[in-house]
Amino acid sequence: MSEPDKKIEYATEYKPLHDGPIRLARGHRIQYETVQGCDVLLYPEGVVQLSESAAMILKTVDGQKSATEIAAALMAQFPEAGDISGDVKSFLEVAHARGWIA
Amino acid sequence: MHEGGSPSPIAMPAIKPPLWLLAELTYACPLQCAYCSNPVDFNGHGKTMDTETWIRVLRDARSMGALQLGLSGGEPLVRQDLETLVAESTKLGYYSNLITSGIGMDAARARSLKAAGLDHIQVSFQSSEANQNDEIAGMRAYAHKLDMARAVKAAGFPMVLCFVLHRDNLHRLREMLDLAIELEADYVELATTQYYGWALLNRDRLLPTLEQVREAEGVANEYQARLKGKMDIYFVVPDYYEKRPKPCMNGWGSVFLLVTPDGTALPCHAARQLPGFEFPNVQTSSVKDIWQTSDAFNRFRGFGWMKEPCLSCPEKEKDFGGCRCQAFQFTGDAAATDPVCDKSPLRHLVDEAVSSARSTTIEKPIIFRNPKNSDRHAIKLAELTTPR
Ligand code: SF4
Ligand code: SF4
Repeated sequence: MSEPDKKIEYATEYKPLHDGPIRLARGHRIQYETVQGCDVLLYPEGVVQLSESAAMILKTVDGQKSATEIAAALMAQFPEAGDISGDVKSFLEVAHARGWIA
Repeated sequence: MHEGGSPSPIAMPAIKPPLWLLAELTYACPLQCAYCSNPVDFNGHGKTMDTETWIRVLRDARSMGALQLGLSGGEPLVRQDLETLVAESTKLGYYSNLITSGIGMDAARARSLKAAGLDHIQVSFQSSEANQNDEIAGMRAYAHKLDMARAVKAAGFPMVLCFVLHRDNLHRLREMLDLAIELEADYVELATTQYYGWALLNRDRLLPTLEQVREAEGVANEYQARLKGKMDIYFVVPDYYEKRPKPCMNGWGSVFLLVTPDGTALPCHAARQLPGFEFPNVQTSSVKDIWQTSDAFNRFRGFGWMKEPCLSCPEKEKDFGGCRCQAFQFTGDAAATDPVCDKSPLRHLVDEAVSSARSTTIEKPIIFRNPKNSDRHAIKLAELTTPR
């Protein structure tokens, strides 16, 4: 079972997240769990419990929007949150490094 | 369980839901891997459960919060009702993982499993080299496995390739990883043999040397860095060479529930060998009772059962004192500190196993996992694990 907050190490040859359309990686899916009372990310032999904001961002990933567009969509949805584009992008970067999105 | 007359309901840690259900659907398997984690005496176990009973188990465990479902065995593809069970698990909202050797698969079956909603397939390989693969597996299987790995990808599944590592194939790690790249695996599990069941019986022949392990670690690290973001590679050093034990099953009765072909519910693969236990059966108890109230699942929950040096150790929340079955296999006491830990006064027993393996040559015959050897060796294993 994956630990949600393990430190991510970037390898030298690792390519950072592109600014094209983003989708959930193959075999990944998000579903709400009543027993746990939160959204979870499921993938081959693994589960991660998602925080509310992580779930919100990942649910905006639809195979069409880029990181910039995802941030814009969330800011339009939650104008009271202010400029969150930096936070959204750095979360997506981490999600990409973990292989959750492609 | 309340303590000291206090009315506090939190003396025991809250029982979390069983996130993982491992359904061992059958012990039948066309292969005979010498490292198989199935119990050595599998041939003497009770009758394999029918479709209806399994469906009830799937429903009950899901309502308890189980999320990941492993369909395993033996070889689960042997079961003709596999598609029915997969379809049910899809309906229930499980993430379903088929754990197979690939034998019994063909392109049509891969497609029908996909149609039933199966999420993922893990294909295990015995080696990256045909002859060695087939020798370890005890039958000609390699060419078919390659085809099946391709069929799994073609049907659109994410694929985990699992290589079980031991003394005779560890030097081929580079080749295995290259094969995984060629087959476009999404994840690679470099599963170091764990010494339970058949592997324990064959330990002298299977345990790699420290030099082999360190070299393999270097190769795994190199590929990990190279393939970051593309293919995930998991490699775990065999625990005999570690100073701390593995946090076995994330703690007894914490996330993992295994149901054997005859319905016995276990907290881990090897627990059935432990004496003084009556493991509950899903045919006579509800999954809820098994998980929450059975003595077997509560016995090693929390920390109250621990002995020294674990009991007063600051690391106990990290590794839970290691593996109960390994503690039993080495010391005869399932509540002892896992002797892999260098704080254990019995660590020397692990070192002795390592040097016994080191002095064992490849001439020593390997005992293959099959029904005949199961009957013959069930007793021998009991001797191997008697208290010293
Ligand atoms: S390890 Fe080998 S023998 Fe055991 S169930 Fe798997 S394929 Fe069959
Ligand atoms: S003494 Fe027990 S709890 Fe402490 S590190 Fe060793 S196994 Fe873990």
